[in-house]
Amino acid sequence: MNLVYKALGHRLFWPLAMLVVLLAVNVIAVPGFLSITVNSEGHLFGSLIDIVRNGAPTLIIAVGMTLVIATRGIDLSVGSMCAIAGALACSIILASPTPNDVGTVTVAVLLSLALALVLGVWNGFLVAVLGIQPIIATLILMTAGRGIAMLITEGQILTVNSAPFKFIGSGFLAGIPVATIVAAVVLALVALLTRRTALGMLIESVGINPEASRQAGVRARGLLFTVYALSAVLAAVAGLILTSNQTAADSNNTGWLIELDAILAVVLGGTSLNGGRYSLTGTLVGALVIQTLITTVYTVGIPPIATMVFKAAVVVAVTLLQSSRVSSALARRRSRGRRAETVGSAAEAVAR
Amino acid sequence: MSAVSVPTSGVGRLWSRTVDVFTSPKSGPVLVTAVLFVVMFLAGGARYRGFLSATTILNLMVSYSYLIVLAVGMSFVIISGGIDLSVGSVLALSTIIAARLLQFGWNPIVVILLILVITSVLGLLVGLMVHVFEIQPFIATLAAMFLARGMCYIIAKESISITDPFFSWMAKTRIILGYRMSITPSVVIALVVLAIAVWVLQYTRFGRTTYAIGGGEQSGMLMGLPTSRTKVLVYVISGFCSGLAGVLYAFYTLSGYALTGVGTELDAIAAVVIGGTLLTGGYGFVLGSALGVLVLGLIQTMITFEGTLSSWWTKIFIGALLLVFIILQKVLTSRRA
Repeated sequence: MNLVYKALGHRLFWPLAMLVVLLAVNVIAVPGFLSITVNSEGHLFGSLIDIVRNGAPTLIIAVGMTLVIATRGIDLSVGSMCAIAGALACSIILASPTPNDVGTVTVAVLLSLALALVLGVWNGFLVAVLGIQPIIATLILMTAGRGIAMLITEGQILTVNSAPFKFIGSGFLAGIPVATIVAAVVLALVALLTRRTALGMLIESVGINPEASRQAGVRARGLLFTVYALSAVLAAVAGLILTSNQTAADSNNTGWLIELDAILAVVLGGTSLNGGRYSLTGTLVGALVIQTLITTVYTVGIPPIATMVFKAAVVVAVTLLQSSRVSSALARRRSRGRRAETVGSAAEAVAR
Repeated sequence: MSAVSVPTSGVGRLWSRTVDVFTSPKSGPVLVTAVLFVVMFLAGGARYRGFLSATTILNLMVSYSYLIVLAVGMSFVIISGGIDLSVGSVLALSTIIAARLLQFGWNPIVVILLILVITSVLGLLVGLMVHVFEIQPFIATLAAMFLARGMCYIIAKESISITDPFFSWMAKTRIILGYRMSITPSVVIALVVLAIAVWVLQYTRFGRTTYAIGGGEQSGMLMGLPTSRTKVLVYVISGFCSGLAGVLYAFYTLSGYALTGVGTELDAIAAVVIGGTLLTGGYGFVLGSALGVLVLGLIQTMITFEGTLSSWWTKIFIGALLLVFIILQKVLTSRRA
C-alpha cells in the first residue's frame, strides 16, 4: 500500500499514467498497435516508430525550452525560429546550382544554425543585459520572426527537391528514422552536459533565486545567453526537420504553435514555469504524451475536428492531477492511517 | 531628480515636473505611447495625402473596436499579474456561435446574451483553475485556447455568413459626427466598455484589489483584500470581453469562421504592453491599452498607405516597435531609480 502512495507522489506518475492510458486505448482500438516490423528497405515500421519520429521536433525544442524555463524564463520565439531556419536553408539550396550535393546542404544547414545562434544571442541579450521580461523579449522575435522568414522567401512557399536535405526529415539510419536519432542525441548531449557537470545546478540556482545566486558568484548573464542561444539553435534543428519532412519552407505554417506544444511538454514533465528544478526525463515523457495524443486521435477515429477539445481535456486532466492541491489531498489520505495510530497511542499515554 | 535639487525658476520647476511624470513607472510609459502616437500620426500626415484627418482615427476605431474590447479584458488580467492566451480562440468561438444560432433563426438579442454567458463561464472555469488548483495562468488559458478553438471546429468548419437583420443593421449603421466623419455602433460599445473599465480600475475596491494582486498577492491578502474572488473575476471579465469582442467582430465581418482571430491574443498582449502595462502586473492603465490598439492600427494603416510594402513588413514593424517601447520604458523608468 505504501509503495502505491509513494508512486502516486512521484512527479512523473500522472504523465506516465496518461501515457500508459493513451497507449492502452490505442491497443484496444488497434490490436497490432505496439508491433514494430521491418519493411523491405530495412526500415523500422509501426505506430510507435511514427510517434518517436513525428514527436522528434517537439522534443528537440522542448529540451531547449526546459533549460530556458529552469532559469525562470520562457522562449516564445521558437516557432518563428523554425520558420526562419527552414526558409534560409531552402532558399540557399534553391539558389545553388547543385541542390543534390551533400556539401550544399551542409552549408545550408550550418548557415541556418548560425543565423539561429545569432537570433538566440539577441534574445539572450534582451533578457540578460537589458533585463526585459523573457515573455516580452521573445514575443518580439515571435512576431517579427515570421516576417523575417517571409522576407527571406519573399512571401513564397519554397519547394526544394534535394535528396540530402530530405534525408534529415524523412531518412533512415540503420533502420531508425534520422529525426529520432537527432532528438535522442540532443537529449543525451544536453542531459550529459547539464547533469554530469555543475551547469544544470547553476541554471537551477539562477531560476530559484537570481539575486542569491548572483551573490554566491554565479554569473547569470553568461548562463542566460547560453540557454537562449541553445534554445534557438535547437529550434532551428527542429525547423530543418519539419521543413525537410514537408520538402517545402512555408513561412506562415512551419512550426506554427509548436512553442505551445513544447512548453506544454515541459510543464507536463513536471518542470514548473516558476523556474528552478527541471527534469529532462519529464520533458521526454511530456513530449511523448503530446505526440501519442495526436496519434490516438487518428487511430481511435476521433473526428479530427475534435482533436483540439481532446487535447484540452488531457492537458486539464494532467495539470489538475499534478497540482499541489490534489497532491496534498493525496498526502492527507496517505497520512490518515498513520495519524489514527498516533492519536491512539497519544490517548493511551495521556490515560496513563 | 527633483528630490535632490529643487529648481527655483518656474521653467525649471515645470521641466523637473515633466521629467518626473515621464519617468514614473506608473504614467511614464503611457505618456511615451501617447507622444509616439502623435509623432507617427504627424509623420504619416507629412508623407501621405489625406492621412492627417479625424477620418483616419475614426476609421481605425471602426476597424479595431473589437481589439479595443479584447485589450481591455487583457489589461485586467495582466494588471493582476496573469496572462490570457485564450482571447483569440474565444473570439472565434463567439463569432461562430452567433453565426450558427442566427442561421437557426434565433433572436439576435438572445444569441448575444447567450454568447456573453458562455464566454464568461469559460473565463470562470479558467479563473477557478488558476485560483483553486494553482495552475499557472499561461497553462490554464492555453488549455482554454485549445478548448475554444476545438469547439469552433465542432460547431462548424466552414465559414457561415450572417444575414440576420439586426446584425446587418449594426454593420451598416453609421453615426454621423461631421463632414465625412462617422462611426459604427460597435465603436460606441467599445468606448462604453473602455469607460466602464477605467472607472472600475481607478475608482472601485475591485479595481484597487486587482492592482494589489499584481503588486504582491500575499501583501494584498494580509491587508484583508478579497484577493481570491478578484483573481477569479479578472478571468471572468476577460472571458466576457472576448465574447463581446467576438460579437463586435461578427458585426464587422457579418460572418462566423473557426479560423478567425488566430494570433489575435498576441495583438492584444502587444497592445497592452505598448500601452505601458508591465507584464509582471501591478502597473498600467486601461486607456493606455486602447492607445496601444490605435498605435498597432496606425502601423497597419501606414503600411497600406505606403502601398509598395509587402504584408510581412507589418510583422517586422510591430516587432521592432515592441522593442523600441520596451527599451524606452526600461530606460525611462530605470533612470529614476
